[in-house]
Amino acid sequence: MADLTSEFLGIKSPNPFWLASAPPTDKEYNVVRAFKAGWGGVVWKTLGAEGPPIVNVNGPRYGAVWGADRRLLGLNNIELITDRPLEANLREIKQVKRDWPDRAMVVSLMVPCDEESWKAILKRVEDTEADGVELNFGCPHGMSERGMGSAVGQVPEYIEMVTRWVKTHSRMPCIVKLTPNITDIRKPAEAAKRGGADAVSLINTISSITSVDLDNFSPEPSIDGKGAHGGYCGPAVKPIALNMVAEIARDPALADLPISGIGGVTTWRDAAEFLALGAGNVQVCTAAMTYGFGIIKELTAGLSLYLDQKGMTLEQLQGRAVPNVTDWQYLNLNYVTKARIDQDLCIKCGRCFAACEDTSHQAISMSPDRVFDVIDEECVACNLCVNVCPVENCITMERLPAGVVDPRTGDTVSDDHGDWTSHPNNPMARAAE
Amino acid sequence: MTSMTTPGIVPGRLSAEDYARNFDDIYPDFDPHEAMVAADRCYFCHDAPCITACPTEIDIPLFIRQIQAGQPEAAGKTIFDQNILGGMCARVCPTETLCEGACVREMAEGQPVEIGRLQRYATDRLMAEGGHPYARAEGTGKRVAVVGAGPAGLACAHALAREGHDVVIFEAREKPGGLNEYGIAAYKTPHGFAQEEVEWILGIGGITLRHGMTLGRDITLDGLRGEFDAVFLGMGLGGVNALGVSGDDRGNVRDAVDFIAELRQAGDLAALPVGRHVVVIGGGMTAVDAAVQSKLLGAEHVTMVYRRGRERMSASDYELDHAATAGVKIITGAMPMAVHGNGAVREVEFAYSVEGPNGLAPGDERFRLPADQLFRAIGQTLDGAPEGLVVEGGKIAVEGAGKTSVPMVWAGGDCTAGGEDLTVTAVAQGRDAAADIHARLMG
Repeated sequence: MADLTSEFLGIKSPNPFWLASAPPTDKEYNVVRAFKAGWGGVVWKTLGAEGPPIVNVNGPRYGAVWGADRRLLGLNNIELITDRPLEANLREIKQVKRDWPDRAMVVSLMVPCDEESWKAILKRVEDTEADGVELNFGCPHGMSERGMGSAVGQVPEYIEMVTRWVKTHSRMPCIVKLTPNITDIRKPAEAAKRGGADAVSLINTISSITSVDLDNFSPEPSIDGKGAHGGYCGPAVKPIALNMVAEIARDPALADLPISGIGGVTTWRDAAEFLALGAGNVQVCTAAMTYGFGIIKELTAGLSLYLDQKGMTLEQLQGRAVPNVTDWQYLNLNYVTKARIDQDLCIKCGRCFAACEDTSHQAISMSPDRVFDVIDEECVACNLCVNVCPVENCITMERLPAGVVDPRTGDTVSDDHGDWTSHPNNPMARAAE
Repeated sequence: MTSMTTPGIVPGRLSAEDYARNFDDIYPDFDPHEAMVAADRCYFCHDAPCITACPTEIDIPLFIRQIQAGQPEAAGKTIFDQNILGGMCARVCPTETLCEGACVREMAEGQPVEIGRLQRYATDRLMAEGGHPYARAEGTGKRVAVVGAGPAGLACAHALAREGHDVVIFEAREKPGGLNEYGIAAYKTPHGFAQEEVEWILGIGGITLRHGMTLGRDITLDGLRGEFDAVFLGMGLGGVNALGVSGDDRGNVRDAVDFIAELRQAGDLAALPVGRHVVVIGGGMTAVDAAVQSKLLGAEHVTMVYRRGRERMSASDYELDHAATAGVKIITGAMPMAVHGNGAVREVEFAYSVEGPNGLAPGDERFRLPADQLFRAIGQTLDGAPEGLVVEGGKIAVEGAGKTSVPMVWAGGDCTAGGEDLTVTAVAQGRDAAADIHARLMG
């Protein structure tokens, strides 16, 4: 069994799976259940400033998008930060950290954008002996209207300023949680780094409306016939999160900034992908909210087995895919593949044919007895047939070896690397000559 | 007290609860959750094999997608567009050999999308809305006679009425529906669905139903041709094949179709007598339905005997498995030699069949089965073809969309040669003949 012991900013946890700051980490009861189930750590649900607690809506807080068999693919929420008294949260945090010293306990914070407010809350969090803080600059709903959450996260100067306050007034490790509701994730990450952040975590939720009630024309979740945008999360957002993590990880200016990966982690495989793209650990929320804390057993066992099979340590996995994330212009245009259909696995549904014939390159033939074959002369290797086929590995992409003529282009496949930067059709390439 | 072991042919072998349970819906309607789970399994195949396998070519992936998208009523309309008896077909089609047999998930997982039950879910919901989903075209002034209010006749009449023609259906029996009303196992279409469906179909308007009108007795083909612009014959098969063995005129030797019809019309199943030992001769759906229902009525021993091998039985494996599960014993490769008894049947003598130079022949080895009741289910025949019609292999010869040898006379369903004798096939033939009749009348 591979060792999953994790250390992130010096914060130790028995595994790299933390529960993200969200409803599952709002109180002692839930967090203790999570720790009993085996979770490595938690980021306690965001605390606000001293004073009357936040209020939440009293109607539905979540909306959802489902796949086949009503499998939950995406969840959005309009819940705000903790609505429990600050005192109660701090007392419980202290108690839980004392009872579970081997687990990571990070406290998420969101207070008004003034130095005094941050100074005040930091002092109180330090008293709990928590392992660190996470600055919630991400929530896109509700709090952002009050100048907090993503309202801060969307302005790099604010990120830098607040982060600096936090580092000035606290010795605790500081993670800045980034909002994806921006155009270039590197800008807020750079700002966090300038402000002295020890790490960034991403992504927070994406502004979203999950659906519209077609009887009363209210967005969902509907509160008395009205809806406000929420924050979207779950498996549907993973590709967006992976890209943003990779963008930071492969930026030389940010390469040494630790990342806590968040966004749709559902199985060990998702976690391994975040780690491979440079995350130092992962945070999970929607999967736990969908299936309960028991999924941690699959996450840890799965990651451990994978590392064993690969003969890799957790550290060796981390960042392993980062060097392979590049720009389009550097992709090898001499890499020529063709779709191949395994006739033994084919169930003859014809979806590859419909997709290719109707929407792509007319590169799949269909015989009267429903045998589907690839027409190499037409196949551009777009991969759509692979993606729409209901049977895994029935259609695969196979590389044409060097020296073979691609029947589509008539060109002999070269085993040299050749990309856009040197392609004859690229005017910039010519100009460089 | 009467029970399954009471000798002779007696009613009331079971408790009231047993009768109710045995003859209730064999596959109850899906609830919305079940329907969504089942619908989610459909892959929306290109040029889907299930459509090809359906004699009425219902756009199955489309209607299932409409269920997925939350509009079962629209799904129902998609079904009725192709098959106005889609509700009955959802209940009685041998889907395992048609759409579900062709489903790619049958190939992939041995577990097809439950198309039949989804079809019922959709059609039941649209029918429950009341009213009728189609409007008649403006009247054409043309009149068409339809003989037989079974699946073929009803499908033909509906399609013609929809085009604006006036249709008169001549039905020999008391109730419309044909085999849907008289010939299908009760548990496949309980709660009066056959009559409900006919009423719903007639909701299109323009169709007059006349009962007690038998072709050759009350009406003649020539008479109909004189009175109407076109005629469609869909009277099914009124006769049955005889056993042709000694003693087959003994008491309690009956045609299975009569037994099934009597059961379907019985107000109180507890009053319907059934033997302790029942033997059914035949290998088709009628034999299975008679055997299974005998068992469900409380017969202690029911044996179905077919002269050839199981692979030659026209009943599907699915139906035969169902019969076996119900407790019916199935003997293959044995042919009846004699019916023994004193007045009424007491034993049936069989010989194991052997394949000889002149076809199947009785071998030397014999056995006898005790029988209080013997049901013949060895095929039905056309009962007196109307004058002037070419008959082929005992059925009305047709070409194209059901054209007979007589001008302006079409035919479809079991009375015609070609196609399997299924409700859905009859519907397709009636529907297609109507399109041809319409084209001819308006051309």
